[in-house]
Amino acid sequence: MNITLPKVRVPYLLLFPGFAFLFTFFILPIVNLAQTSTETPISGGDTGQYEQTFAFSNYLHAFLDNREQFARSFIFATLSTIFALAIAYPLAYAIAFKSGKFKNILLVLVVAPFFTSFLLRTIAWKQILGEEGFVVPTLRTLHLLGQQTTITSTSVAVVAGMTYNFLPFMTLPLYASLERIDPRTIEASGDLYANALTTFRRVTVPLSMPGVVAGTLLTFIPAAGDYVNASILGSPNTKMIGNVIESRYFKIVDYPTAAALSFTLMAAILILVTLYIRKAGTEELV
Amino acid sequence: MSTKIKDASIPTIPFKARLSRWFGRNLLRIYMIFGFTYLFIPVAYTFAFSFNDSGKSNLIWKGFTLNNWKNPCGAPEVCSALGNSIKIGLLATTFATILGTMIAFAIGRYQFKGRSSSNLLIFLPMATPEIVLGASLLSLFLVFKINPGFWPTVIAHVMFCISFVVVTVKARIASLDPRLEQAAMDLYANELETFRRVTLPLVAPGIAGAALLAFSLSFDDFIITNFNSGTLITFPKFVYVAAARGIPAQANVIGSSMFFLALAIVIAGQLVNRKKAR
Repeated sequence: MNITLPKVRVPYLLLFPGFAFLFTFFILPIVNLAQTSTETPISGGDTGQYEQTFAFSNYLHAFLDNREQFARSFIFATLSTIFALAIAYPLAYAIAFKSGKFKNILLVLVVAPFFTSFLLRTIAWKQILGEEGFVVPTLRTLHLLGQQTTITSTSVAVVAGMTYNFLPFMTLPLYASLERIDPRTIEASGDLYANALTTFRRVTVPLSMPGVVAGTLLTFIPAAGDYVNASILGSPNTKMIGNVIESRYFKIVDYPTAAALSFTLMAAILILVTLYIRKAGTEELV
Repeated sequence: MSTKIKDASIPTIPFKARLSRWFGRNLLRIYMIFGFTYLFIPVAYTFAFSFNDSGKSNLIWKGFTLNNWKNPCGAPEVCSALGNSIKIGLLATTFATILGTMIAFAIGRYQFKGRSSSNLLIFLPMATPEIVLGASLLSLFLVFKINPGFWPTVIAHVMFCISFVVVTVKARIASLDPRLEQAAMDLYANELETFRRVTLPLVAPGIAGAALLAFSLSFDDFIITNFNSGTLITFPKFVYVAAARGIPAQANVIGSSMFFLALAIVIAGQLVNRKKAR
């Protein structure tokens, strides 16, 4: 043995630099954000100057003033998670079971679009679906869309944009868990006279649950805090909580409200995620 | 006559079963084509409009030109923004890959007190919305009177990339066959040699994949960067700001090049793997 260190210390030494980093730049900021969230403006101070007064009422005000945006964030995030699951599941299934030797290439193709900047792609959607794109005039000519109706600047566009942008976060974990299924379990189900649908429902879906849970979480969490899709594809009527936090920070310099909103958002997400994991019944996340 | 015999020998398959078989064979394929079309529409659009002779705002097709590709730095700020993004991406990737790989080895290879809380600490940044990560880090920098800019952005990127590196490398470590390392030990390699000559080469593809993931997350990040970069312009920030008045076609050139570059790297990696497997 050349290593002189006692063996017990090895994992801690390996963990130390990374965890020191995460502690300083992840835990500490969150604690600091919690402190900021109960501050109030210094009377007679400049804009952006605050003192700690343990004003927990900040939370109440922050929530009550922005109920609509909170509700919208969670509804949009839920919808785009459902749509992403509906699109990604068959896609991941097809790649895992039906693509033969093209499996790796198809997998690369799923991820490839996401190397083009997501902002460029979102703006591309905006232009494709906008007044000057080809989709809206075509739909109008076919009378599928009213002459005054638009696609961009609506909730539909925001949800569609989020669905598109978070799709790989759904597809990859789904593929990973579908790919791990032993094909013999599916054959066995067929041997026991289950038809394709029953096999899918009773064998494939339950075995792919870890992927479904991981994928929905990886889609829902960033979607709930997103504001980029809402500001590019939406209108002032489709503002999400992310837009409010962003403008509180940069335009109004109201740090306590921004902090209280961030915390409320995080708490709401954590509660939903915990309930969801309990219900879905899987601990195999990371 | 032969058909007649065939007909008689095969029991007639009920319509429902035939339908579900057809479903299994073809519908998924059709679905896949639609799925990939959906995925690639905006990429194709971005690529097509990189050839647009558009002038300043790249909204309407005005004619084909190669000028944007010949002169990608033609639009003001595009290339300095790209340079910043690449520098930040490389630095963040290096640090996050080193720190994350060490954590992955600790968690993937050792049983120790506090292992499950370590897993939790790795999971938490991924479960926190980006806006909260960005906003909280900015608050911390403001408390310590650190101005947002280049290094705060690098720190922010390392912070959110670490978890993704850990998860990727850990998955690779978990899939290793422990017998390979035992064999090395049986052949009188000491622990350090075994690690250097057996374990590390086996985990290397996982580390490379993690680094690629970290770079693409960093390069494409907008929300956290927007909070911590101050006046520094990165490529996504440039695109976001330019979106209001029309994005120059040069941005499309860069976006498309990144796409082809990443595709080439991933395919090259696949080929190397396949060669090794043979």
